Amino acid sequence: MSPRVLVLRAPGTNCDKETAFAFEQAGGTTRPAHVRELLDNPQLLNEHQVLAIPGGFSYGDDIASGRILGNQLRLRLAEALLEFRDAGKLVLGICNGFQVLMKTGLLDVDDAEGPQATLAWNNNGRYEARWVKLGVAPGECVFLSGLDEIELPVAHAEGKFVVRDQATLDALAASGRLVLRYTPVGEPALATAATMAPAVPYPANPNGACGDVAGICDTTGRVLGLMPHPERFLFAHQHPQWTRNGLTGDGAGMKLFENAVKYFA
Amino acid sequence: MLWEIDVLPVREDLDRDATQLIDEAAEFGLAQPSAAASARAFLLEGAHLSADDAQRITDELLTDRVVERSVVAQSGDASLTSSPAWLTSDSVLVHVLPKPGVMDPVALSAQQAIADLGIEPPLVRTCRKYWISGLDPAGVDQLATRLLANDAIEQVVVGPLTLDHLDVGRPYEFSLQTVELDSLDDEGLMRLSREGQLYLQLAEMQTIQKYFRDLDRKPTDIELETLAQTWSEHCSHKTLAGRIRYNGPEGERQFENMLKETIFTATQTLRKQWGDDDWCVSVFADNAGVVTFNDTCHVAFKVETHNHPSALEPYGGANTGLGGVIRDILGTGLGAEPVCSTDVFCFAPPETPADSLPPGVLHPRRVMQGVVAGVRDYGNRMGIPTVNGAVYFDERYLGNPLVYCGNVGVIPHDKAFGTAQPGDYAVSIGGRTGRDGIHGATFSSAELTHESEDLSGGAVQIGNAIEEKMVQDVLLKARDLQLYTAVTDCGAGGFSSALGEMGEKIGAEVWLDRAPLKYEGLSYTEIWISEAQERMVVSVPEENWQQLHDLCASEGVEATIIGRFEPTGRLVLKYQDQVVGDLPMSLLHDGRPPVVREARYSPPATEPLNPAEQDDYTAELTSILGSLNVASKQWIIRQYDHEVKSGSVVKPLVGNQSDGPGDAAVVCPVIDSKKAIVISCGMNPHYGNFDTYHMAASAIDEAIRNCVAVGADPTRIAILDNFCWGDCEKPETLGSLVRAALACHDLSLAMGTPFISGKDSLNNEFSYFDESGNKQTIAIPPSLLISAMGQMDDASQAVTMDLKAAGNPVYLVGVTKDELGGSHFALVRDLTGGQVPTVDVELAPQVFTAVHSAIKSGAVAACHDLCEGGLAVSAAEMAFASGIGLELSLDAIDSATSTASKLFSESNTRFLIEVKADRAGEFEQAMAGVPCVKLGQTTAGSKLTITSAGKPVIDTELTAVKQAWQQPLAW
Repeated sequence: MSPRVLVLRAPGTNCDKETAFAFEQAGGTTRPAHVRELLDNPQLLNEHQVLAIPGGFSYGDDIASGRILGNQLRLRLAEALLEFRDAGKLVLGICNGFQVLMKTGLLDVDDAEGPQATLAWNNNGRYEARWVKLGVAPGECVFLSGLDEIELPVAHAEGKFVVRDQATLDALAASGRLVLRYTPVGEPALATAATMAPAVPYPANPNGACGDVAGICDTTGRVLGLMPHPERFLFAHQHPQWTRNGLTGDGAGMKLFENAVKYFA
Repeated sequence: MLWEIDVLPVREDLDRDATQLIDEAAEFGLAQPSAAASARAFLLEGAHLSADDAQRITDELLTDRVVERSVVAQSGDASLTSSPAWLTSDSVLVHVLPKPGVMDPVALSAQQAIADLGIEPPLVRTCRKYWISGLDPAGVDQLATRLLANDAIEQVVVGPLTLDHLDVGRPYEFSLQTVELDSLDDEGLMRLSREGQLYLQLAEMQTIQKYFRDLDRKPTDIELETLAQTWSEHCSHKTLAGRIRYNGPEGERQFENMLKETIFTATQTLRKQWGDDDWCVSVFADNAGVVTFNDTCHVAFKVETHNHPSALEPYGGANTGLGGVIRDILGTGLGAEPVCSTDVFCFAPPETPADSLPPGVLHPRRVMQGVVAGVRDYGNRMGIPTVNGAVYFDERYLGNPLVYCGNVGVIPHDKAFGTAQPGDYAVSIGGRTGRDGIHGATFSSAELTHESEDLSGGAVQIGNAIEEKMVQDVLLKARDLQLYTAVTDCGAGGFSSALGEMGEKIGAEVWLDRAPLKYEGLSYTEIWISEAQERMVVSVPEENWQQLHDLCASEGVEATIIGRFEPTGRLVLKYQDQVVGDLPMSLLHDGRPPVVREARYSPPATEPLNPAEQDDYTAELTSILGSLNVASKQWIIRQYDHEVKSGSVVKPLVGNQSDGPGDAAVVCPVIDSKKAIVISCGMNPHYGNFDTYHMAASAIDEAIRNCVAVGADPTRIAILDNFCWGDCEKPETLGSLVRAALACHDLSLAMGTPFISGKDSLNNEFSYFDESGNKQTIAIPPSLLISAMGQMDDASQAVTMDLKAAGNPVYLVGVTKDELGGSHFALVRDLTGGQVPTVDVELAPQVFTAVHSAIKSGAVAACHDLCEGGLAVSAAEMAFASGIGLELSLDAIDSATSTASKLFSESNTRFLIEVKADRAGEFEQAMAGVPCVKLGQTTAGSKLTITSAGKPVIDTELTAVKQAWQQPLAW
């Protein structure tokens, strides 16, 4: 059966169409929903198996990236969303969607003292678009199953994964939740330990993220947030070197969406 | 209750704004602080806002507690001024606030988000705070005014902030204003024109005077403003679309409508030739040009200029420049969906010494940073990829930087045209109307002076991209539901030009008091001419109004009926049911008096340029690569999202490390189809010093060859003209423009390439008084941007400019002539004279056809056009973009005489092509009939070597030339 994917949209969301297209290509059935509609009718979640929060600039990233939409979900939909996850369903947050997820509590990064991790401004202080190579440690993460490395584009200003302290990073690493990490081109994936000061230099780690982290999953493996854009690598000719390396057919980003669809097969 | 909440980085090393401030002070040559700290501040005013509320807003909304801390206190409290611990106690506190009424998107969003917390939303204003150590008061003041704030939109408060309220606007009391015109003599008319910021010419003022004299009444202020807006250069293009008597190398010519008789005529001639195969859909008629694309969609293309606002406030000017051209695309036909953007800028060199700037001029480095940030923030937020661009540097852009913003949209076949119907409501969708942007349209008709900032500060605006994205989302839905009959954008002139245009053939009645306002106090005239951003006007049949209203409301977009299209042939303006203006549409659109302008042009005689032969030219190559026009623009490109919408196939940076200069962008606008559009541009202001005819011809050739170089079909390239010129009341200046327009006509016909839309920005001159009290004027060089939109049936046939493999033959296609005039070789060697590049109009289309067929056949591994810096620069770029070596010989080039010409001549219609070794025969066959010589081959080495008569004249490691090319703008 084709899983039903709810593609959430808020003012300023701008990757919703290509994200929906990716799920459709993978065999899912998508339904766009404006956040106002979902807030008015949280039951909409019951009718879907996957919640996708696409990239963009929800509410302009005013105040902080993803903050306002994240607050709306946390303050008004917390229960419905936890119920959604506990029912064995999937949540994917890409770029701004990851920034939103970090502020909802769904990624299990908060403790009694508040958030233990955040996505802060890039080290170079500006928005940057470039392709990166990622080491993948899928563990329990449904979306990344079967991947060990992947190239994808990033495009963000506030994507630096920052944790409160090394102990937090160690705990996340130990529980297998640092599932995507920036890797230098030409070197084996995930060769380095996750340390507060990034081991991978700019531009391979484009923002200075602690532990070179590009994406994390929750404790169940069914919620994934990542800064890179898998929906921008659905076709080989979207790769920046396709005219050099003779790539044809699908792009590697398709795999994440296929994994999500297959999970419900 | 007025609260201030300061949000500060928890540690010194996280304070990137402070670090940036210290770095930039050095870059701009200002006194450098010994240390600094920054904070984001929010001012909250609400009658019921308690301390608990303020704390909750701080913790749950405003502060990221992993990296930030906060101070919450009532405004004026001492805790708000104490500096972070790592600063010395002598630090000075500086506040930078947007001026009251200036668009503050973060404050608006914060208000809504506070409501989400269940707290009654207070008034919000944002503020930036800086603590600066180690500077005297004069140093602090200089830093604040030169770097931290722009007086056009922001105010600076040094020391504690003493505010007792935030609200802006006072109630407006209606009183009808009339203007005494009848008694004025010519001098009085012109004074009124200038002081009222109407910027109308004498004959126009006289026409208006006579019109109202015949009616025996005084005009109201709004009637005069309406005429000034509609007749402005910005809205009517009266100079170029007017009568011109021209005397040039072609002899004497008389134009009734210069643009129509040159550029537009060429397109119409081509369309007639094509007959049933005509692929133009709408040209020079709508907000953008439209051509056919695939079975379901057409594509629309428009490039606008936003020069004057960008000179005063680079960020806001460029921001709203891009926002404006996106609205042009949304306002084409019944609304096109924007798919990608192109942006081209002209600046003075960023290393211009700060103390050499004339009064009133912003430092070019600051202009450049602001413009790039403005385009970046609008495009990225809208989710429209910026895929193409260029930057040109010349000292003459010091007072008038140029900002060209372009956008491409796709539009379903049945949505390409719209017409308002009598009885339709005029509905405003989107942003509210404020005092921002008053007199923008007429202001762009004026020459900038050092006082412009004071005079026209109101013409500067800040955009709110998310508002426009919301408008786009509901507008395209409403389009597909067929809820409206026509749409246009509120650009220059605001409602006055939008409703004037839409109602031109019908008539309209407008109810100005119904327009939603940002704050109280706007007069009826201010509402009418405000250029507040992010507004569109649609004409809505009465029976569709409720559905449109509900659709907009469901996404939080405001839609308001502000009038009705009435079949009266008149524009009737009402405020609270009283008529404040009543003008016939015919006066607005056809009533402008014809003025005959004089135009003269004689290009300077060609002076010889014969550089002495040298043994080695590697130093020249390195200098050209490191010159600002040629150097890598990676610092800019990477700040733009060029892949959002997932259509990007050839990106702006290409090669094995994605850092080589691509010739054109290839984008698939429809996600599940490989049919692609190709976006490129051509421009060379330096050639205008020689002959604007050849400058224009070269720009057209460059735009087309960039497109062809990546695989575009040369028979499906549409182009746009953008003329940015000096004061065209001067016959020589206007003459140089007419000469360029004649070239556009000739080249368009010869190449079979139609112009589909265009734009002009005249009066780009800056005046000031020097130290001795003498008036000085800086006029920009003639600056014609040609933007091209090509098409490819199959994007997977695209090629890029980076070399692909060692052992492949490399060919030069096209004729190299002794054309070093205006070249970058001449520039870096400080040489004058020489022959400016010309275009062989017989040969050029044949070369383009041959290259295209070779690319389509798959024989071509890499293709790069030859432009600034000629053969040597293109060869170096192809090699260092790939890390593959290149060995070429100049011996086969017999059409140029000197070694310098062979290496650096900028002759048009040339390509350097790497061919797959096993397909060389096939390639040579495709080139039979056009000039094509084999120059050498790619190698496994890491060097570029170019020989002449067996001796190397260029010999360099690729890393060295790449470094030279990347370094200048690696900010």
